Amino acid sequence: MIETPTHTTEPIVTGSSVLGVQCVDGVVLACDTLASYGSLARFQRITRLHQPAPGVVIAGGGEYSDLQQLFRITDNIFRQEFCQEDGYELSPRALHSYLARVLYGRRSRMDPLYNSLAVAGKGRFLGCIDLYGTAFESEAVATGIGALLALPLIRKQWHAALAMDEGVRLLEECLRVLYYRDCRALRSVQVAKVSDSGEVLISEPYELSNLQWKVAQAAEEV
Amino acid sequence: MAGVGSGYDLTTTTFSPEGRVYQVEYATKAVEQSGTVIGIRCVDGVVLAVENLRGVKLLRPDSLRRIFAVDRHIGIAVAGIGPDGRHMVGRARSEAQNYRSVYAEEIPPSLLAERLASYAHVYSLYWHVRPFGCTILIGGWDASQGPCLYVVEPDGSGYKYRAYANGKGRTAVRTALNKLNFEQLTCTSAVQEIARMIHQSRDIAKDKPYELEMAWISEASDHKFARVPGALVVSSRQAVEEEPQQMETGGSTASADRGETPSTSTHIMEES
Repeated sequence: MIETPTHTTEPIVTGSSVLGVQCVDGVVLACDTLASYGSLARFQRITRLHQPAPGVVIAGGGEYSDLQQLFRITDNIFRQEFCQEDGYELSPRALHSYLARVLYGRRSRMDPLYNSLAVAGKGRFLGCIDLYGTAFESEAVATGIGALLALPLIRKQWHAALAMDEGVRLLEECLRVLYYRDCRALRSVQVAKVSDSGEVLISEPYELSNLQWKVAQAAEEV
Repeated sequence: MAGVGSGYDLTTTTFSPEGRVYQVEYATKAVEQSGTVIGIRCVDGVVLAVENLRGVKLLRPDSLRRIFAVDRHIGIAVAGIGPDGRHMVGRARSEAQNYRSVYAEEIPPSLLAERLASYAHVYSLYWHVRPFGCTILIGGWDASQGPCLYVVEPDGSGYKYRAYANGKGRTAVRTALNKLNFEQLTCTSAVQEIARMIHQSRDIAKDKPYELEMAWISEASDHKFARVPGALVVSSRQAVEEEPQQMETGGSTASADRGETPSTSTHIMEES
């Protein structure tokens, strides 16, 4: 009997949901800036968004150290690409596929990278990968508990003519809902905008506004 | 056992009675036969250039390059045997990546040069390997010290230079390099100077056609490795080729220089 490591299947420091939506002029990603230690809100100002190259952004939840490892892997891929100087560049779709292979390879070795990722890129690309290597492209993406709480909201309000700024507002609304209901979510969030032409704008962390807690009081009275 | 080394040149593990290691000297010879390679550290960056000799006309332009990117902030120019040089470049890339994965920052060019020198040195210590038939010029941007140029030679020595030249036209080029004012030289003017030096070091009657390959890590390229814009290379080269021919003396010293033994004293070396 071959002993398999089991510690990799128990995440310690974790990030929560990641949201993404395609718009008419680009793609928007959003997530909060928390890495929890169990149920403790341990690291409140970390970034879960990463831009490895012009025109690509990846965002992830799950084990934070594994996420950092994935960020390093993608950085190395793009550095090798830089050194190659062959005039080709790795498309966001190619990176999405590559990361799916990495995650699938690790789960097949019973040593998974405990993450779920969203990949956004120029040319209006939006894809999602989970820790088993399941990968798909979609106009709306949400990982973790966001897939249950936020995805229905995004789908309800999504339309083909959604502009990026509207997309940001839509995802903010979803993050607000997640902050209410997801015990591992935080009020401090970050959004990334990737335009069709490849311009990337990653915001500084900022606090969600317009939070409405009156309903919580009602819950107490019951 | 007649021959140059008379039996003392079969491996790097044998000294000749005069204290020479012939295999290493032969490696140096391989470098001297290469197309001219120049590196200059300027005030705003470092320029690497190669006279890429084109014996075969069917080769596509820009193929068989001799300047390579190692990391975003480091490039290497190769003088000597191409495959040996590419092997060093491969090693340099993995050293750079390894340093990054350990320290999460860019490898300082000085450290890369040190590691590559140690690597080259190992290949002059055992009978079952031969030394690298290449000298590599490492141009990089150091986070604290700015642009810098290092050279690693087949014997495993590594030096820091203001400017360096090797290959066929080295003697003429080194003389020309000595006349430059490195306190004021910018990358753009260095590109023009290099085009002139390479042109003047050549014997038009005898030498093969060449491609001028240039790269820099400069303020213009955001401290990153980049090919010198094609337009600048072409215009610099055209400018010197259209100049009236230099006086006979200039041309004849250049051709006489070729194939001479190098005098290391003409290198412009810096304390490192």
